[in-house]
Amino acid sequence: MGKEIRRLVIEMSARSRSGETGSSLSISDLLAVLYFKTMRIDPKKPEWSGRDRFVLSKGHGAAALYAALALRGFFPQKLLLGHRVNGGAFHGHPSKGAAPGIEASTGALGHGLSVGIGMAYALKDTKSKVYVLIGDGECNEGSIWEAALSAGALRLPNLVAIIDDNKFQGFGPSSETNPFDLAKQWKSFGWETLRVDGHDCRALEQALGKAARARKPFVVIADTVSGKGIPAIENTLGAHYHVPEMPVASRKKK
Amino acid sequence: MRRDFVAQVLLEMERDPSIVFLTGDLGFNALESIKERFPDRFLNVGIAEQHLIGMAAGLALEGKKPIAYSIASFATMRPYEQIRNDVSYQNLDVKIVGTGGGYNYASHGATHHTVEDIAIMNVLPHMKVLAPGYSWEAREATKAMLRHTGPVYMRLGKSPGVAYETKRRFSFALGKGFVVREGADVVLVCTGNVLDVALAAAELIEKKSGRSVAVLSMPSLKPFDEKLLLSYAKKAKGIFTIEEHSTTGGLGAIAASALFTHGIDGRKFHAFGLPPESFSKEVGDRDHLLKKVGLEAGALARSILRLI
Repeated sequence: MGKEIRRLVIEMSARSRSGETGSSLSISDLLAVLYFKTMRIDPKKPEWSGRDRFVLSKGHGAAALYAALALRGFFPQKLLLGHRVNGGAFHGHPSKGAAPGIEASTGALGHGLSVGIGMAYALKDTKSKVYVLIGDGECNEGSIWEAALSAGALRLPNLVAIIDDNKFQGFGPSSETNPFDLAKQWKSFGWETLRVDGHDCRALEQALGKAARARKPFVVIADTVSGKGIPAIENTLGAHYHVPEMPVASRKKK
Repeated sequence: MRRDFVAQVLLEMERDPSIVFLTGDLGFNALESIKERFPDRFLNVGIAEQHLIGMAAGLALEGKKPIAYSIASFATMRPYEQIRNDVSYQNLDVKIVGTGGGYNYASHGATHHTVEDIAIMNVLPHMKVLAPGYSWEAREATKAMLRHTGPVYMRLGKSPGVAYETKRRFSFALGKGFVVREGADVVLVCTGNVLDVALAAAELIEKKSGRSVAVLSMPSLKPFDEKLLLSYAKKAKGIFTIEEHSTTGGLGAIAASALFTHGIDGRKFHAFGLPPESFSKEVGDRDHLLKKVGLEAGALARSILRLI
């Protein structure tokens, strides 16, 4: 399913001639596991109060979110044709209300974790979990650490953060701006941490299962590959800005 | 004014179980009663204003009605992007309350003065902006804020010894202004806790010139009671706004835009407020600082008498 999400991401990016592809590709397997295995959701009842919530704090991975929601049946796939085109349905960053299943508007980095904590705090006496996906580069933002401290202090048991650790940010490798041990940083803020291969779906499923059962905030640090699925750009800074060509198979269809 | 706010919040929290009170570590000798009475709906999120607003947005997404409380400068400027993107953009039911607006934290220095909040909040879509002038307005504004669904910013200040509501039956609503003093020749329009200054200036002007002076209090800046302003402006020879806020983007700008848009011209107009050219580096209490920028009755009356 991760592959299917990637295929749709590449088609969307090629059609709208837009970049930020690399960071959508790196989270495709994560979203596949979340939307098809981990989260309790019902595409027919997107507002069902007992659902699990997902916040894409790294809003620039929106193409993968739209693809995952469409594949899971929240809306018809043809809506994806409106990705970043004039009069279309979808911005490059998620906007709540643009389509069913988008829980929060995001885009400016460092916002989603606090929003997720507010949701988790409101839902703390229910069975709903709140999943927040943030980027490794996004962890530069001070607001992430305000939020991390708060969740740790509140010991929120229904909050799971996932870091898409694809090792790249806007203008260089993430190790340049944060050369320290990310897991240790989160641990020192009171979080349980687990590092996992972000493209191994079985391992991801297990890690997210463990995170969901934890009694305090849990962060899954997923080792991912920026530009995953396009060998020419994998693990390069340019993956973030890459505008792919329309795949041959898709070109024939259109 | 803070006491009136807290008293009304207690009533509203009793009435509406969805209200959650978040503070950014403010509230010593002020919020204890809320914390004691509603321990499960009161949270000190710490000295972390970005998180304060973001978390409030998350609560609102789940149907809660959060109040986010801090000093006005910190509640509005530090987390401005969160207010714009998380609250305003998503049109969420978050109430942002800034205490000590204007020069109320006078001797703390310019970092604690809040003279831009109305301008930057006013520009945000969906955001309602309130600046009650004294006790009764603060209680009523708190009530109106919490019974409204959608983002609201309320600036609190100091309560001057004014109580106009006892003279007549007033009913408060978002977007409503109040005639505190009747008059026809000159109209003084004010917002927030300089109401006492405006009333004292009105007395002086009337005494010295014999012209009758109306005073309008505008605790609601957005929506703004254009109708009330226009009805008084049409009859008047001079219209003057008075506010404890920068004259850029505050009451003066809102009023001028309304007057010009509706073709009220040929009148004297001036916006009195805090000078946008510089920060106040003056050391002293609020009265001292206000005096330095001419926001006191004598100086205002002299300036206005010169203009009319």
